[in-house]
Amino acid sequence: MPCSDDAGGTDNAILRLVVRNHPGVMSHVCSLFSRRAFNLEAIACLPKGDGTRSLMLLLVKRDDRLEQLILQLRKLQDVLEVEPAHRGWTEFEALRASFG
Amino acid sequence: MRYTGAELIIRLIERQGVTTVAGVPGGMCLPLYDALAESRIRHVLARHEQAAGFIAQGMARATGRTEVCLATSGPGVTNLLTAIADAKLDSIPIVAVTGQVPTAMIGTDAFQEVDTYGLTVPITKHNFLVRSAGELLEVVPEAFRIAASGRPGPVLIDVPKDVQQQAIEVHRLPAPGEPDASPPLDAGAVARAAALIETAERPVFLVGAGVVASGASPWLRALAERGSIPVAATLHGLGAMPHDHPLFLGMVGMHAARATNLLLEECDLLIALGMRFDDRATGRAADFCPKARIVHVDIDASELGKIKHPTVGIAGDVGDFLGRLGPLLGRQSRAPWLARVAALRTAHGLRQPGAGDPFRPGGMIAPYGLIAQVAALAPANCIVTSDVGQHQMYVAQAFPFNFPRQWLTSGGLGTMGFGLPAAIGAALARPDRQVICFSGDGSLLMNLSELATAAEEEVDVKLVLFNNGLHGLVHQQQALFLGRRFIADRFQARPDFAALARGFGVSAVDLETASDPAAELASALARPGPCLINAPIAEEEQVLPMVPPGGANHEMIGGHADAVL
Repeated sequence: MPCSDDAGGTDNAILRLVVRNHPGVMSHVCSLFSRRAFNLEAIACLPKGDGTRSLMLLLVKRDDRLEQLILQLRKLQDVLEVEPAHRGWTEFEALRASFG
Repeated sequence: MRYTGAELIIRLIERQGVTTVAGVPGGMCLPLYDALAESRIRHVLARHEQAAGFIAQGMARATGRTEVCLATSGPGVTNLLTAIADAKLDSIPIVAVTGQVPTAMIGTDAFQEVDTYGLTVPITKHNFLVRSAGELLEVVPEAFRIAASGRPGPVLIDVPKDVQQQAIEVHRLPAPGEPDASPPLDAGAVARAAALIETAERPVFLVGAGVVASGASPWLRALAERGSIPVAATLHGLGAMPHDHPLFLGMVGMHAARATNLLLEECDLLIALGMRFDDRATGRAADFCPKARIVHVDIDASELGKIKHPTVGIAGDVGDFLGRLGPLLGRQSRAPWLARVAALRTAHGLRQPGAGDPFRPGGMIAPYGLIAQVAALAPANCIVTSDVGQHQMYVAQAFPFNFPRQWLTSGGLGTMGFGLPAAIGAALARPDRQVICFSGDGSLLMNLSELATAAEEEVDVKLVLFNNGLHGLVHQQQALFLGRRFIADRFQARPDFAALARGFGVSAVDLETASDPAAELASALARPGPCLINAPIAEEEQVLPMVPPGGANHEMIGGHADAVL
C-alpha cells in the first residue's frame, strides 16, 4: 500500500477518510481501532460541504498492518472513502503547537 | 397513508418476506408489539432475549434468509448481545430491532436505558439509532441490504419509544432491501489461480462457510472430481461435500482426523474457499500448510492476507469464482497424490471407539456410537444443531453430513446455550424437517428455559443430551494440559434432565435407566414434537485427536490407530 513519504522521518502514516456525518460515525471508527488493536495517534475531523459528510484525518502507525487497517475501514458502512494521504502533516503539527 | 414508526417497522419487515420473528416484549417496545398484533407475521415468544437471537439465527442458518429478533431496551438488549456477537463471528444475516427510551430521555440514565448503539458497534456489521419515524423508510430496507450483502452479518436498529409512536404520512413505501450484487472478479487473478491449480501436484480444497453461503457446493464437487482434488472443510464447511464422497477428508484443525491435518502439512497448493484461517482450523498459523502456496477466495477483502498471505488472493463470491474457474481446469487424475491420500487415511483415519456399539455394560454410552445410532434413525434430510464442547466436536467429526445448511453450530464465538434455541429456529423455518439438537449438560443449562418455547411451539426438535456431569472440554484440557489439576469442571448437583423436560411439557427418555436403550432411542426419535433424550457419558471420554491450544496442527495428541481408551 503506497503511503506518503513526506512523514518527516516518522514511522507514522496519515489516512484520509470521507465519512457520513452523523453522531455515531466517530464511535465506529474509534471502536475499530480498539477492537483490532491498531494504534491511533491522532484524529482530526471536520464537516465538509453541506454538512452531510465529514473529512477525517487519522494519524496511524505505519507498519505491516496498515493495509489490513485500510481494508477494515473500508468495510464500515459510514466510511465512504479511505486513502493514504500525502498531506496533513502540517495540520497535525499545527494542532500539536496549539496544544502547547 | 398514515403510519406510526412501529407500524412502519412491521410493514417494512413484512415486505422483506419475513414471516416469523422471535422476541421478548418489554416497556420500550410495546408500540412495536402493538403493531405486530395487527400483522400477519408470527411472533415466537422466547424466554430470554439471547434465545430470541438464537432462534432468529436458527431460522437464518437453516435457510440463508435474513431473519429478525425483537427485544426491549436495557436488559433486553444486554441479554441479546451474545446472540448478536455470535452472528457477527459466524457471518449470519439477522436484523435485531430493539426498543429504546424516548429520545428526550436518552442520556439521563432513565429506567432500562443502556447505550445500545455504543454496546453494539463492535459486534454488528452495522447499527442504527433511529431519530425520527421518517428515517425508518431508509433504515429498515438498508438494514436488510447490509445484513445480506457480501459477507452476511447482524444489523441492529435501535428505536426510541417516541419514534415508534410518531405518526407520519407516507405516500409510498420503499422497495425491500436487496443484497448487493457480488463484486466483479479479477480475471487475471482467476487465470493465475487456475494456472497454480493446473500445475499443482498435491492440491487440497479447504472450504468454509462461504461455500455454503454462496451455494457453491455443486461447483465444488464438480471441480474436485474433475481435478482429483481432495476437499477438507472447516467446522462451518461441513455439509458442502457429502461426508462419504471419496475425495472428502472431513474437518481440519483442532479435532481433525490425523490424516486430514497430515495431508494439509504435505499439500503443495491450498485452495482456501470462503474461510478465514480461524485458529481452531489452522493451529499455529505460521506452521499451517508449510509447503503450500495459497489461493484464497473470500468475499470479504479484509480476510485476504489477514492471517496467511496468499499467493493469489481473490475478493469475490466463491460460486462466481468456481464458475469462472471451471472452463480453465482440465481433467487430471493426480494418481500419486490420491494414493498418498488413501494411504494416510487408512493409517491415520478418524478413530471412533464404540461407533458400532454405543450401549456399554454399566449403562454408559459411547459418544461415537450414540451419534451413529441417531444418524441411522433420523431422516436423511434432518437438520443438526449443537451446543459447544466435547459433544460438538464428536458430532463435527462423526455425523454424516450430506448437504449445505444441514449443520448449524456456533463456531466463531463458541456459545454454550446456542443449540436448543437455534434448533427451535431451524424447526420453525423448516417445519418439513426433523431437527436434532446435540447438547451437553453444561450447555443445555445455559438456555434450558427454551424447553418452554419448544413445548409451546410443538417443534420437531429432538434434544440428544450428552450428560457427563462435567464441563467436558474444560475437564479434558485440565487433564491433558494442566497436570490434571481439576477445578470448576464438575457439577456437584446433577439435575434429572428427563424430569426437567417433562416439567416443561416436553417428553423425555432416559437411556441411563432404560431397559432397552436402543429401542427407547428409536421411539424417542419417532414421536412427534419435542423430546429430550438423556444419554449418560463417562467422564473420562475425550474427544481426540486434539491439537494443544497454540500448537501446530501436526502436534495433535491422541487418535492413533493403536490408541486405547
